[in-house]
Amino acid sequence: MMISVALPVVLPLLFGALSVMLWRSHFAQRSLGVIGTGAMLVVSVWLLADTWEHGHVVMEMGSWPAPFGIVLVSDMLAAIMVVLTGIIGFATAIYSLSGIGKMSEKFGYYPLLHLLLAGVNGAFLTGDIFNLYVWFEVMLVASFALLILGGERAQMEGAIKYVTLNLLSSMIFLTAIGLTYGLTGTLNMADIADKLSTVEDTGLVTVIAMLYLVAFGVKAAAFPFFFWLPASYHTPKVAVSALFAGLLTKVGVYALYRVFTLIFNQEVDFTHEILLWVAAATMLTGVLGAAAHYEFRRILSFHIISQIGYMILGLALFTPLAIVGGVFYIMHHIIVKANLFLISGITFVMKGTHELKLMGGIYRTHPMLGVLFLIPALSLAGLPPLSGFFAKFIIIRAGIEAEAYWAVAVALVVGLLTLYSMIKIWAEVFWKAQPEGVETDDVTSGPMVWMWVPVIMLALMTVAIGLYGEPIYQMAAMSAEQLLDPSQYIEAVLGESRQ
Amino acid sequence: MNMHSLILRTAGHFLLPLLLLFSVFLLLRGHDEPGGGFIGGLVAAAAIVLYLFSMDIQSARKVLRVDPRDVLGTGMVLAVISAIPGVFRGQPFFTAQWWEFTAPLFGEIKLSTVLIFDIGVYLVVIGSVLTIMLTLAEAEE
Amino acid sequence: MEVVMAIVVGGLYAAAIYMMLRRSIVKLVIGLVLLSNAANLLIFTVAGMTSGAPPLISPGDTVPEGVSADPLAQAVVLTAIVIGFGVLAFAVVLIHRAYEVVQADDMDQMKDTDR
Repeated sequence: MMISVALPVVLPLLFGALSVMLWRSHFAQRSLGVIGTGAMLVVSVWLLADTWEHGHVVMEMGSWPAPFGIVLVSDMLAAIMVVLTGIIGFATAIYSLSGIGKMSEKFGYYPLLHLLLAGVNGAFLTGDIFNLYVWFEVMLVASFALLILGGERAQMEGAIKYVTLNLLSSMIFLTAIGLTYGLTGTLNMADIADKLSTVEDTGLVTVIAMLYLVAFGVKAAAFPFFFWLPASYHTPKVAVSALFAGLLTKVGVYALYRVFTLIFNQEVDFTHEILLWVAAATMLTGVLGAAAHYEFRRILSFHIISQIGYMILGLALFTPLAIVGGVFYIMHHIIVKANLFLISGITFVMKGTHELKLMGGIYRTHPMLGVLFLIPALSLAGLPPLSGFFAKFIIIRAGIEAEAYWAVAVALVVGLLTLYSMIKIWAEVFWKAQPEGVETDDVTSGPMVWMWVPVIMLALMTVAIGLYGEPIYQMAAMSAEQLLDPSQYIEAVLGESRQ
Repeated sequence: MNMHSLILRTAGHFLLPLLLLFSVFLLLRGHDEPGGGFIGGLVAAAAIVLYLFSMDIQSARKVLRVDPRDVLGTGMVLAVISAIPGVFRGQPFFTAQWWEFTAPLFGEIKLSTVLIFDIGVYLVVIGSVLTIMLTLAEAEE
Repeated sequence: MEVVMAIVVGGLYAAAIYMMLRRSIVKLVIGLVLLSNAANLLIFTVAGMTSGAPPLISPGDTVPEGVSADPLAQAVVLTAIVIGFGVLAFAVVLIHRAYEVVQADDMDQMKDTDR
């Protein structure tokens, strides 16, 4: 029996509970933060190894057999996502050592961090559609609270939009679950997939598929449901922004990948055609929004949206190569995007602002940071030999093979515009001289060291994925092969009970 | 917050122990019959909130004796720990473990990890409801 | 009975959406409450309505006698209610604090982060 599939969920819950218990001690909470996320990273790598070896790792919680009990299932995609959660969680925990402040710690930052990570991992690993809803809510409650740590006016306004739209999408999700249950009489995803293929009323199935598309589309910030993201992601603490930017929308993307490969694969012509349009519009609106803004984190927020478009494009094309590209893109994006947000935190400490117009001259004083910024920035734009190049290259090649030329054209133009806004940040923040008449806080180098460590760590990963992308490609290929053959998943979950 | 009602204050004094006892009854009854940690925790939290309404925040904190966040933390730890024993017997997480023994005066007693989980939920509900209520009440002042 | 429930659920959804389209934040939260209740009722209804047959198994048996209500849907609804309770408790605290900071119960006063 393999317990590695449950540990990425149980460990953060345990560490979260311990750090609630020790809420009086800042030192204990910080230590638990680093140790807990570090341990989570270790067990998630263990899970990846197990999954790589066995294909699927399944555990029936509480010994209740599938499809009646809740199962935790890890396939390659889920295992990859869990490892990425571990990486980002660990990086954020280290960054928080000097970047979060005593006030946030007092209001429960670390317990919420653990709870959020547990929710994210639970959502990746669960094999039960209602349990997926529960993990979504766990994640959302934690993220609501993290979003308003600090209590400034902008945070409140952002949080209200975030809370409302996310709750709305949760309710749509719950409605969809209800209808699915009415149609199939089961909540186990493998069992739903098995039963839905025998449902004759395909029109109803497609309606439910659209409800899932809207629900997860809001969570993933896909066009036209993305408005909450640029209204809220630039308001919280930088460490929180980085965590959100790296992980939260990707849970929505993961859910789309899971549901639209495993369950709704009957009317691909219709559903995935819609996904294709959504993907193209998401890419374009995101990058145009970014081009119009001059606030560091707002630009990055809009870029999350345009990058989500690429990931959905991979799913929409629905060929093996496209799925490989989509999964590769998710891996590259999570690391790069979180890193860019963390860097925006360092420049904030240096200049006391996120407004590009008020910043400048950092390359003169800190050339090292300039280089560290250029690595993820150029990777995001897709320049070789960094990770983003291969991610984009695979997706565009898949698009050409699938003869979706206009989508490919959009993807290429968006790549170019991404380069434009990254160069804009580079020129404004790092290259141009500090504008005169603007006061800047001077650098306090002492406690900032913990902010540099995760930035360097993530930058090295970006370069490593670019230079030695072969194992990453192999993992993505294996997950694509599993996603396009749902019978493997169904067999792994229901296999024993069917005999 | 104080409603200055003599009736409410007198009733609050008597109701608090009764409701707390009732909440424990609900918690233990949840073993085989309707009841359980969640509903028990709500009743206990409601008892203390009633006390808060009839008296004031200081006396509510005093009657609680510990900070609600400690209650919350203890409950969460208990709930998570109750998932673990099954693993050491080679079963999946959350698999219920039962211990039966006979004690003098009580007769046969069945203890299980389910009970630990329920107690954890009970404490989590009390802790989280009271954390929210006390924070709101203090913000009012 | 199902028809009545369908109308009730539809009415609740409509009322919820109407409330959410108002500018007042308090009404927005009321809309969310209604929406969550509508979704719960929907699950309850689509799982099939059985009156007077609780899914209880008499001692000694392993399966319930005759037709009984679907316990899974009830468990799901119960869980969803508990989650909705937690999330909405948070939402109430949030609008309370937002009101303190912004000093207005009006969405139109909250456009700073969209500029």
